[in-house]
Amino acid sequence: MHSETIIQVNGLTKRFGDFTAVNEITFKVDKGEIFGFLGANGAGKTTAIKMLIGLSKPTKGSGKVAGFDIEKQAEHVKKNIGYMSQKFSLYDDLTPKENIRFYGGIYGLSRNEIKTKTKEILEELDLKSVANKTVVSLPLGWKQRLAFAISMVHDPDIVFLDEPTGGVDPKVRREFWETIYQASEKGRTVFVTTHYMDEAEYCDRVSIMVAGKIEALDTPNNLKQQFNATSMDEVFLKLAR
Amino acid sequence: MKILGFIIQKEFIQIIRNRALLPMMTLLPIIQLIILSNAASNEVKNVNLVIVEKDYSESSRLLIRKINANDRISIVKTTFNSKDAFDHLQANKADIVLEIPSDFEKDYRRGEQPKLQMLVNAINGQQSTVGSGYLKNIISSFNLELIEEVAPLTSGSQLTISSRNWYNPEINYPHFMAPGILAELTALLTIVLSAMNVVREREIGTIEQINVTPIKKWQFIVGKLVPFLCIGMVLLTVGLIASKLIFDIPIRGNIGLIFFYAIFNLIAVLGLGLLISNFADTQQQAIFVAFFFVIIFVLMCGLFTPIDSMPKWAQKLTIPNPLAHFISVSRKVLMKGSGFWDIRWEFIYTIILAVVFNTLAIWSYRKRI
Repeated sequence: MHSETIIQVNGLTKRFGDFTAVNEITFKVDKGEIFGFLGANGAGKTTAIKMLIGLSKPTKGSGKVAGFDIEKQAEHVKKNIGYMSQKFSLYDDLTPKENIRFYGGIYGLSRNEIKTKTKEILEELDLKSVANKTVVSLPLGWKQRLAFAISMVHDPDIVFLDEPTGGVDPKVRREFWETIYQASEKGRTVFVTTHYMDEAEYCDRVSIMVAGKIEALDTPNNLKQQFNATSMDEVFLKLAR
Repeated sequence: MKILGFIIQKEFIQIIRNRALLPMMTLLPIIQLIILSNAASNEVKNVNLVIVEKDYSESSRLLIRKINANDRISIVKTTFNSKDAFDHLQANKADIVLEIPSDFEKDYRRGEQPKLQMLVNAINGQQSTVGSGYLKNIISSFNLELIEEVAPLTSGSQLTISSRNWYNPEINYPHFMAPGILAELTALLTIVLSAMNVVREREIGTIEQINVTPIKKWQFIVGKLVPFLCIGMVLLTVGLIASKLIFDIPIRGNIGLIFFYAIFNLIAVLGLGLLISNFADTQQQAIFVAFFFVIIFVLMCGLFTPIDSMPKWAQKLTIPNPLAHFISVSRKVLMKGSGFWDIRWEFIYTIILAVVFNTLAIWSYRKRI
């Protein structure tokens, strides 16, 4: 069904001194997939994601993201990906409009493109009423959706989300996942890390990291069968133990 | 270039929205200028003197009257008891003890060169050297008068030295301090602001987001530098206007030359600030490191102690101190009316510093760990 590989990783490893944070992980993600990247706290998810997006140099192994080598062509990779981190990437003292303009600007969009993008995002997220208020006054859920929209301001092929739904209530989380689906429907690949196992069920395929290694990788249904479990929660607990 | 514009625009919006920054840029320099220019003075205005009078003669009384007439010396006590005078010195009530020996007049009349003794409390070097200088002046002029009186005929050929103070005729202290403090303030405020800036983005986490964009390292650094350069220039302008209005400092040279030089100086200082920022993980760290440099820069910039009186190695150390060059330039141009050629070395050193600091800042900014 899926043909084009957009992320390919071979034996990717990151060591900090004696500690191996990511231990020879190998996997593939196809274009258009929603790929869930699961693992307990400290399992190495964030380190792995940082290597993929060019923020961290791999100690060993290789990888290609959007057709570019993550080691040698990190800056090319950056042009073709979006990233939203656990920490908020928006400037609190700027308005939504100014945030969009700034990030659009440094991705090299023209003033006109920025104008249309701004309109699009504000309309889609229903943020018009607060377009000129500073971000600090927005509710967390709005900020997250705005951050997500801004991470895609330059229409990247892939968007990496590092625990995007931390700290919000189930309703807001549900809404956020709807926006993820919308992005996916447009043909965008979504690479998402999460703690919430119900969110894992929403993904096309899921990998589970334990102590720096990928211990399982398949569709949620196959994983449940494989581990003889009724929910992803159970699968996770069986693996993490 | 276009990308740079977006960064600068964003920095400016943030600076303008920052409520703490505007008073910092306007009120702070004016307050500091007023306080420091007047208070941070090396001038010795009052020397406390105890006189041990053992002669009680016409001459000794004349000398005391002469000393008393000087408004910078106040005679705290006149006593005949040396012990009493030493107690005053010990208790810090006197800076200098002057002892007039008995037979002072008698010996003088006999032409035997009587000896006056001066005991100086040298804990405060400035106070003691300048104070004893005042006193020596009074005594030598007293001496001259006595000579004329005793031997009017022999004093036909006297060598006299007359001196005039150029560039600051009245030795007006604020005139000397204000241009220096102005330079100091401009440089210091900008170094602290820039040192905190990049770290702040690191603390909030926005820097990570910037690092996943294809932005170039130099764009990021230059984008940070330009807004602070503008702040620095505003500060300098505010400070210059304030010094002109409050102290009526002389502006003898071309004021444009100061602004032109200030651009390079600020670029150098900001480069250092950004360099510090790159290496710090928290704003606290950045502030501490910035203060380390600030203190060395201030103490060794020639503002409070003349560079010429430092040991040779310390004089060499002022070469990489952008503040020293800034102060030198502002004093030379404002007070002496120096032109470009007179301050060429300051220009050369500053440009070298600007290139070195900024190259290091760009080089040490890591998009990838």
